[in-house]
Amino acid sequence: MALFKRTRTKIIPEENIIVLEKVTKAYATGAPALTGVDLTIKRGEFVFIVGDSGSGKSTLIKLLLRELLPTGGDIYVNGQNLVDLKRRNVPKYRRNLGVVFQDFRLLKDRNVYENVAFAQRVIQTPTREIRKNVPSILSVVGLAGKYKARPKQLSGGEQQRVALARALINRPPILLCDEPTGNLDPKNSWEIMKLLDQINKKGTTVLVVTHNREIVNEMQKRVVTMKKGVIVSDEEKGGYIDED
Amino acid sequence: MRISTFFYTLKQGISNIFRNAWFSLASIATISACLLLFGIFYAVVMNFQHIVKTAEQGVSVTVFFDEGLSEARVQEIGELIAKRTEVAKVQYISADEAWETFKDDYFGEEYSAGFTENPLANSSNYEIYLSDVALQGSLVTYLESIEGIRQVNRSELTASTLSGVNALIGYVSVGIIGILLAVSIFLISNTVMIGIQVRKEEINIMKYIGATDFFVRSPFVIEGMVIGAIGACIPLGMIYAIYSTVIEYVVERFTMLSTLLNFLPVEQIFSTLIPVSLGVGIGIGFMGSFTTVRKHLHV
Repeated sequence: MALFKRTRTKIIPEENIIVLEKVTKAYATGAPALTGVDLTIKRGEFVFIVGDSGSGKSTLIKLLLRELLPTGGDIYVNGQNLVDLKRRNVPKYRRNLGVVFQDFRLLKDRNVYENVAFAQRVIQTPTREIRKNVPSILSVVGLAGKYKARPKQLSGGEQQRVALARALINRPPILLCDEPTGNLDPKNSWEIMKLLDQINKKGTTVLVVTHNREIVNEMQKRVVTMKKGVIVSDEEKGGYIDED
Repeated sequence: MRISTFFYTLKQGISNIFRNAWFSLASIATISACLLLFGIFYAVVMNFQHIVKTAEQGVSVTVFFDEGLSEARVQEIGELIAKRTEVAKVQYISADEAWETFKDDYFGEEYSAGFTENPLANSSNYEIYLSDVALQGSLVTYLESIEGIRQVNRSELTASTLSGVNALIGYVSVGIIGILLAVSIFLISNTVMIGIQVRKEEINIMKYIGATDFFVRSPFVIEGMVIGAIGACIPLGMIYAIYSTVIEYVVERFTMLSTLLNFLPVEQIFSTLIPVSLGVGIGIGFMGSFTTVRKHLHV
């Protein structure tokens, strides 16, 4: 009798760029971080994920980054099931994602140009193309004149723009932002959100995990609200749901 | 791998050394200190062994023949002895040569003039030098069994002392060199590990961006190997510079022992010390960075 390798990969409609099916993530101790989460995000959407601490937002981002594996369910990104993804293929998968963190995560000992160029080095882009692409993306985020500056010489908003430029330089179809305005003042927060909106309008799917009530309510995008590891609401042009 | 990626990785590895200048200095200092100690000890032990070996080569066994033994038999005995594996050199001393040496060593011309005949007429002999002083016992047993040999003179005390000292140096040096190497490996690996621990965040960022393990690891490995190589070259240079000076000083200071103190040339010491030191330095730099980075790659 022939044996077939068990696979959970199935055909996912192309417009569904991120699909979570009954995703559960439990850690060794404590309550599960996610329980039976179903979520579909279409190509080109702008989605806010909101919720209190411990609601499972960060776990969701880590699962999408393939930093963690779910304990149950399947996660499809660009039609690929992350549960079946081999460790050696994770770097290649991540190159389809742009990632922005709350704490910027820039290489402190390298200047703006080198930080952004690094994302292109990783995919072995020829140096002459890097020299062309980096100034171009820096001008998109408004930092063309600061390419020689080190992260510590920049404001929080500027550092986040560098992180954004680094996330975008390889033109990923998906941009994951984990509390991108968490360390920024209101003015810089709005500037970053405007940039994200512009990027989304050019076709990139943007997923933003945030606590920023004002931004969520103002931008009128799709809002997915999480609580204790489950999705409690999913609204088009939604707002921040107050905790009772 | 693209050529531009190769050069980028190489450049990053070397740049990392300057970016983390204090860590690099600490690592180089640790490697240098360990390998300096190792190098000094190695040079001392090698010279000590050489001095003992030289002393061993001076130890000889003398055989005297039965009275009236034919020259042909004497020659035959000489050939039998020369064939033995324990024997490094056999030298025939005629009765006249024996008397000449004796006169020079113990009498002046004045006293020896009173002897009209050679008093050592029956003292022609073979002086036999050993390849290994520890084999003296077996050789003597063999010599005593040869027909025509009247007497075998040997120095049991010198032979046993020298072979004992030689064995002792061997055991002690293997032990101490082993301990020094183990301590060096531990200290150097720890320094490399601490340095990389500090840069855990940098590794995480690289992984989130989609860098492969190889891409992340390569600059760290190059950095570790360059630090290891510099750390090995410094003590080698220092030992090279002070070796001759120290030997000159010892020879001048202890002139009475100048015939006994026969030091090895610096080239002979370095023919082993250079590959071992570079191997240890670069090897530990490689292994330390390779294994430590691996711990942080699972992101």
